[in-house]
Amino acid sequence: MFDNFPLWPASASSNAFHVDLLYSFLVVVTIVMTLLIFTAVGIFAVKYRRRHGREAQPIHGSLLLEIAWSIAPLGLFMLIFAWGAVLFFQMRTPPQDASEIYVVAKQWMWKLQHMEGPREINQLHVPTGRNIKLIMTSQDVIHSFFIPEFRIKQDVLPGRYTTVWFRATVPGTYHLFCAQYCGTQHSGMIGEVVVMNPQDYQAWITGGAPTGSLAQNGQTLFQQLGCSTCHRFDVQGRGPNLTGIYGKPVALEDGRTITVDDNYIRESILNPAAKVVSGFKPIMPVFQGQVSEEQLNALVAYVKSLTQQPAGGVAATSSNNPGPATEKPKE
Amino acid sequence: MSDSTVAMEHEARPELRHHFADEQQQRNAASLGMWWFLGTEIMFFGGMFCGYLVYRRIYFPEFAVASRSLDLIVGTFNTTVLICSSLTVAQAVRAAQLGKRALQVKMLLLTLLFGLAFLGIKAYEWGNKYKEHHIPTFEYNVVSGEGSLIKGNEKLLGIEEVQNDPVKLQQRKAEIQAHTKIFYSLYFALTGMHALHMVVGVGIFAVITWMAWKGRFTPEYHTPLEIAGLYWHFVDIVWIYLFPLLYLIDRRPVG
Amino acid sequence: MATTAVLPERTNYLNAEHGIRSWLFTTDHKRIALLYLISITLFFFIGGFFALLIRLELLTPAGDLLTADMYNKAFTMHGQVMIFFFLIPSIPAVLGNFLVPIMVGAKDLAFPRINLLSWYIYIVAGILYIHCLVTGGVDTGWTFYVPFSSAFSNTKVVEAGLAIFISGFSSILTGLNFVVTVHRMRAPGMTWSRLPLFVWSHYATSIIMLLGTPVIAITLVLVVLERALNLGIFDPSRGGDPVLFQHLFWFYSHPAVYIMILPSMAVISEIVPCFSRKRIFGYSFVAMSSIAIAVIGFLVWAHHMFVAGISLYSALVFSFLSFLVAVPSAVKVFNWTATMFRGSVSFSTPMLYAFGFIGLFTIGGLTGLFLATLGVDVHVHDTYFVIAHFHYIMVGGAIMGYLGGMHFWWPKISGRMYPEGWGRLAALIVFIGFNLTFFPQFILGYLGMPRRYWDYSHMPEWQALNVLSTAGASILAVGYLLPLAYMLWSLRYGKPAEDNPWKATGLEWRTPSPPPTFNFDETPVVTWEAYEYETMPLPEEVTLER
Repeated sequence: MFDNFPLWPASASSNAFHVDLLYSFLVVVTIVMTLLIFTAVGIFAVKYRRRHGREAQPIHGSLLLEIAWSIAPLGLFMLIFAWGAVLFFQMRTPPQDASEIYVVAKQWMWKLQHMEGPREINQLHVPTGRNIKLIMTSQDVIHSFFIPEFRIKQDVLPGRYTTVWFRATVPGTYHLFCAQYCGTQHSGMIGEVVVMNPQDYQAWITGGAPTGSLAQNGQTLFQQLGCSTCHRFDVQGRGPNLTGIYGKPVALEDGRTITVDDNYIRESILNPAAKVVSGFKPIMPVFQGQVSEEQLNALVAYVKSLTQQPAGGVAATSSNNPGPATEKPKE
Repeated sequence: MSDSTVAMEHEARPELRHHFADEQQQRNAASLGMWWFLGTEIMFFGGMFCGYLVYRRIYFPEFAVASRSLDLIVGTFNTTVLICSSLTVAQAVRAAQLGKRALQVKMLLLTLLFGLAFLGIKAYEWGNKYKEHHIPTFEYNVVSGEGSLIKGNEKLLGIEEVQNDPVKLQQRKAEIQAHTKIFYSLYFALTGMHALHMVVGVGIFAVITWMAWKGRFTPEYHTPLEIAGLYWHFVDIVWIYLFPLLYLIDRRPVG
Repeated sequence: MATTAVLPERTNYLNAEHGIRSWLFTTDHKRIALLYLISITLFFFIGGFFALLIRLELLTPAGDLLTADMYNKAFTMHGQVMIFFFLIPSIPAVLGNFLVPIMVGAKDLAFPRINLLSWYIYIVAGILYIHCLVTGGVDTGWTFYVPFSSAFSNTKVVEAGLAIFISGFSSILTGLNFVVTVHRMRAPGMTWSRLPLFVWSHYATSIIMLLGTPVIAITLVLVVLERALNLGIFDPSRGGDPVLFQHLFWFYSHPAVYIMILPSMAVISEIVPCFSRKRIFGYSFVAMSSIAIAVIGFLVWAHHMFVAGISLYSALVFSFLSFLVAVPSAVKVFNWTATMFRGSVSFSTPMLYAFGFIGLFTIGGLTGLFLATLGVDVHVHDTYFVIAHFHYIMVGGAIMGYLGGMHFWWPKISGRMYPEGWGRLAALIVFIGFNLTFFPQFILGYLGMPRRYWDYSHMPEWQALNVLSTAGASILAVGYLLPLAYMLWSLRYGKPAEDNPWKATGLEWRTPSPPPTFNFDETPVVTWEAYEYETMPLPEEVTLER
């Protein structure tokens, strides 16, 4: 809608139109009722303003009016309730044929696993036209999976699974937000939903060829996989700053000192708990099985290339994990 | 303008406070105030009862087993003690209504005695729980050692069926540890809150006993005694709910 | 006309005794009301300071003013201070304490010493909270959701929880006093059907305070115990259920919002008849609506949890009940509007606030329907839409009612008139500033901006609306500072007030301004209905001085 001053997000799911329709109805009801009251108050205030010689009339009430303006709103409310309930019922009933994707939320990233194998962090690739059911749980606190353009939201709880389903309809890139306050980087726990048409999605899911130099690919992966969320360059993050570490000695939690070489970088990606840098907690996720050999090489190459602090920090101007640059969402 | 239709202070007893029209109003206000306050106490304990209901339903075996670890004889005895203390309170109020100062004091002293006895016995029970490692946070352990709840309850707790699978056994033990811990957490929270209210009650009754001894309560005026009595009865009733919920979950003989 | 004529001072509750001890050990409900007035005003500005930090940070997409942790503390403490230390006490503890005894024709509340105790409890709670604030603060969000608050937050959750726990007792004791006073201390002839609607609303509010507050008390105790002793009642990693916490929390916190709005409605029910010179339209319906809101308000709590993991059928029930609770509120708005019909309406400051209330509460209440509607709530839950909705009610509704009431009864409380011109200007500024601050947030919410976001640098398209909102907040701040200034000014330079400057009905207007310590020289005997404006003369034109 109004491109320069949008009043609602893009509609990119089968659900969005129905939510917007009910929302619009509610907006109309609100405007009508508000105008009614404002006008009544306005007219009465002016027409019956204090004037010499005109007295107020002692009117006590009217049973008829009271009943009327109790029943009428009640009727309207019941209509709205029923409409919302039906819509909600559909939103809470995933179709039988929905494909499943597992989601694990943790402070402060989204980890997604497609049944076909690929894993994503803070990104979700889906094809248009397919019913998708997300089965979600949290590793720590309560989070909430929110895609405004799909009009879906579901809290993600520790200790159990919750589900939400959708069917994307328009290719493009859309926002993914965490909508339940979960601590320091709650506003950084964001990502993207990349909706592709079915052929492109097929190509993606079966593996694509990277482009660019090894270190450049590594940089892309570094962001995509969420490494930059903790390994920050601008301020002290939850993981060590990786600038200039290659070839230098580093003290470990267990008292040893080792030199950062290719093997150490590789080991820290695949089995981070083995050698934790002193002063940090062993909270880095394990990437064993999530990165291919080529991707490992690209990441190692990238870390080696960090001889000086990247200008402005890798993650652009913000401290959040942004995902790679994207095309504008298509309307 | 307005005719005053109510008697004024100069004739009234010293206990009548200036903003009340008469003693009847003061007594009614005090009584209504205490009833409403007890209503808030019901809501306060209610939150914990709510939690108890939820967890008892989903973790019934663990709750049953943990409940059985509470000493039934001691608990029943303690319940009797508390009920007796309510009896003596009622007798004290009756004595005040009859103007019998000595009897009032006797009954109030007995009440204090029963109240302190209840608290003492409770402390003894908690001491036992501590020894058995059943107090959460203090070396809590229900799966081994002298406080083990597993022995004799293998079937009920689902231990029997995973005996031979070490991984599953470990997992089940961890669950039993966690779920019984919720029972005990609620047990200590509930009985602890109750005990706290008892302590306050004993304090109030110490003051009331002193007032009775000083002859402050007469057939015409014994409002503080009455409303303190209400409070005491309420604390008693809370216990009457707590006792079956905590001690009597499943006392069938274990076969 | 002399504006600062010094009349020979009659003995009233303000000058009856002097010295700090006479204030700190008073049992006079009117003095206690003023003690509360000073304390809640202090907390209002503390809460407002945090709002300032929030709005300044959100001027730009990047998190460049505060660190993330500081921001999270700012919104947490803004909410906790505003709700527990300002809104919940505000009207009941100030206007309620002052007026309820006089309105029912009593010399004081039923339990004056308990009244003083409730203020001291509030102060102890407030000091503890301020200590928590200055030694690190708390960052759990005002809602304390577990397991974040019980196991993950590194801030002073226990201290903040205890402070709020203690403040609850202040609330309970105030409610207790009101309920017993209304039941037992009414003057002869003051039947229930002759009670001012202010009293009916405060009665309903007190029921909620009494029955709801203990539940949040025990919930906070359990969270504190879990955090301090590692218990595992709510933490799933130890077998607990985090959704149980939400049920217990919202069981109080939903009715709490009615604690915050019913007293404001009480004020409007007094102002509108007075400035329309007419009885309230539908007295018994307005009275019963207060009770209905209190009762049904206890049955809707899980509408805060539609996407929290509750069952579909639970959600249906709570949505249905939430629509029901909207009906009595609508009935009140219609009745207030109808009161003006064929009345004789004037536009003094209290009435301007009443107009503002009616308009903004209508919008706020209607946007509540969006949230009660299951299909739409999924999208707008936990976004700025919710924030806009509740600020329309809490600020556009409750605070406007509070300010309207303070202006209306200021002559009675202080014996002085506030300057009418400034009063009207401030009301207008508040109205404009308020709408500019919060209306854009409805749009932001539907666009998808989540709550409690410190940084939105990946969504720069949200900046324009945030800038509008912050601009509005700066205007709103001016609107709030003005009354503080001119009311303080009026204490010394304001025109001395007559006993009944508004020519209003109600027993409080039959006492001097300010009233004597024991309110009435003789106990009144009531033989008239409430709001008998047909028997009252018109007030003199209130001139716009300065």
